[in-house]
Amino acid sequence: MNPYLLGPLVVSGITAFLALLIALTDRVVNDYGTVVIDINKGKKRFEVKGGAPLLGTLASQKIFVPSACGGRGSCGACKCRVTSEVGPVLPTELPYLSKEELADGTRLACQIKLKKDIAIEVPEELFSVKRFEAAVSSIRDLTYDIKEVTYALEDPNEIEFIPGQYVQIVVPPYGDLDEEVQRAYSMSSKPGDRNKVELLIRLVPGGIATTWVHKHLKQGQKARLVGPFGEFRVHDTPATMLCVAGGSGMAPFWSMLRHMEAENAHPDKDVWYFFGARGLKDMFYLDELRALEKRMPRFHFVPALSEPAPEDNWTGETGLVTDVLDRFIKERIPKEKGFEGYLCGSPGMINACIAVMTKNGVAEKDIFFDKFA
Amino acid sequence: MDFEFFTMNPIALFFASIFTSNILMSNFLGMCSFISVSKDYKSSFGLGLAVTVVMTITAAVSWVVLYYVLVPLGLEYLSFIVFIIVIAAVVQILEMVIDRASPALYLSLGIFLPLITVNCAILGAILFMQIRQYGFIESVVFAAGSGLGWWLAIMLLAAIRGRVENNPVPAGLKGAGITMITIGFMAMGFIGFSGMIAVQ
Repeated sequence: MNPYLLGPLVVSGITAFLALLIALTDRVVNDYGTVVIDINKGKKRFEVKGGAPLLGTLASQKIFVPSACGGRGSCGACKCRVTSEVGPVLPTELPYLSKEELADGTRLACQIKLKKDIAIEVPEELFSVKRFEAAVSSIRDLTYDIKEVTYALEDPNEIEFIPGQYVQIVVPPYGDLDEEVQRAYSMSSKPGDRNKVELLIRLVPGGIATTWVHKHLKQGQKARLVGPFGEFRVHDTPATMLCVAGGSGMAPFWSMLRHMEAENAHPDKDVWYFFGARGLKDMFYLDELRALEKRMPRFHFVPALSEPAPEDNWTGETGLVTDVLDRFIKERIPKEKGFEGYLCGSPGMINACIAVMTKNGVAEKDIFFDKFA
Repeated sequence: MDFEFFTMNPIALFFASIFTSNILMSNFLGMCSFISVSKDYKSSFGLGLAVTVVMTITAAVSWVVLYYVLVPLGLEYLSFIVFIIVIAAVVQILEMVIDRASPALYLSLGIFLPLITVNCAILGAILFMQIRQYGFIESVVFAAGSGLGWWLAIMLLAAIRGRVENNPVPAGLKGAGITMITIGFMAMGFIGFSGMIAVQ
């Protein structure tokens, strides 16, 4: 036989045979039949095909556990409690689980392969999480590095959320990114505007999602959002809110404040909002917030610049936002109703604010925050 | 057919492949995972076990493919590419079977299997088997011995690295540098065995 033909034939023959063997093994060995997923002690039950990771299988049943990396086990976001026996914790999960989580059965949903019936517990809120098909209706520059991106929701076309919650934007593969990833952003729109979602996105050099939004996303483009997620929200107490934010940390407060005005929500609460920036070029929504302050007597807006430029002609507060906060708590804000802290910004800013607040007698359990990871 | 099923004392071959011709210490094969995984004692154990199992099985399968398919058809020159395909397929199948049969074993061994597909020690052992024209029993014995030898070497290195970690190392030699020096000393130690039996 022609040796030029024989060689390729034999190699492909062997390859085909081995491929067939793999396929057969896969058929026989990886057939786990149907398994039952029980969520929150019988609240929901699904019969699904076994063999796939829990995270993806839940998504196929429209339960969206938050995940930033898309199931590669590199973000540690898809935590859920497993109450049935599913085998030992994998080395790939260990770096993301604390001692307490290991003890109470918390696992990463993307690392659990469904081999038999499983019982899990997830926060009830996840049941209302949906995947939205949307289109970008506008992109506006708020500062040189922060954009306000508005999405018009198409399918489903309405979202229900609590101000302070976040959505995950799905970033499609671009440039060097070869897999879809998701990143979380707080919604700055108010829940009353059911058909749209507004996000404030600051350009982080080298950031996957921020670079995509700033350099690639165009008006009219189709996009996908998953949400709402998150526990950050206004608590129903009469305590005075001390809100502190910097940069795109504005988002949840911009949502909360406009919601409070529109619905007269939490009518007993006074709000003091400290927004820190370096110079006027980092400041945005200034006029809108001052106008809101005039319309809403219980709302007080305190913008503070740490390094105002001479041409800024700044007459407001200067100094680090933490120092301004400290001074205001000590001298200006009535203390009768007690305080609650609400923080959104970089981990450094949040830790500094927690220190200032606890020093001034705000209990740590009354300080709520949304840290940028 | 001009090959023998059985040519050399398998017990001698077994020990020779572990000590005197240790595939890592005398041929320096499988170095990448040897250096990177030996940081951790437990992982070294799992990887060593996985290498041993995969090496033994792939050597047996490759021997059959070589002498019942390639040699009769005069296609030995394709052995390289065929061996690679065989290794990849065997690793795949093994991973699935272990995952199903024993989750505990999968946990200690299975996660290293994909790493092994590209481990040159496996391909190296199979090519030695072909070049030295081992019979079937010899091939399996040689591969099992080589795997055990690799396992032994990585466990030794992991133990040494565990000790080195708690000792002052000059800044420029930290990490890979001191590891390479350690491996050099180990290799010299293994050379001490080499006069006893030769399998080359």
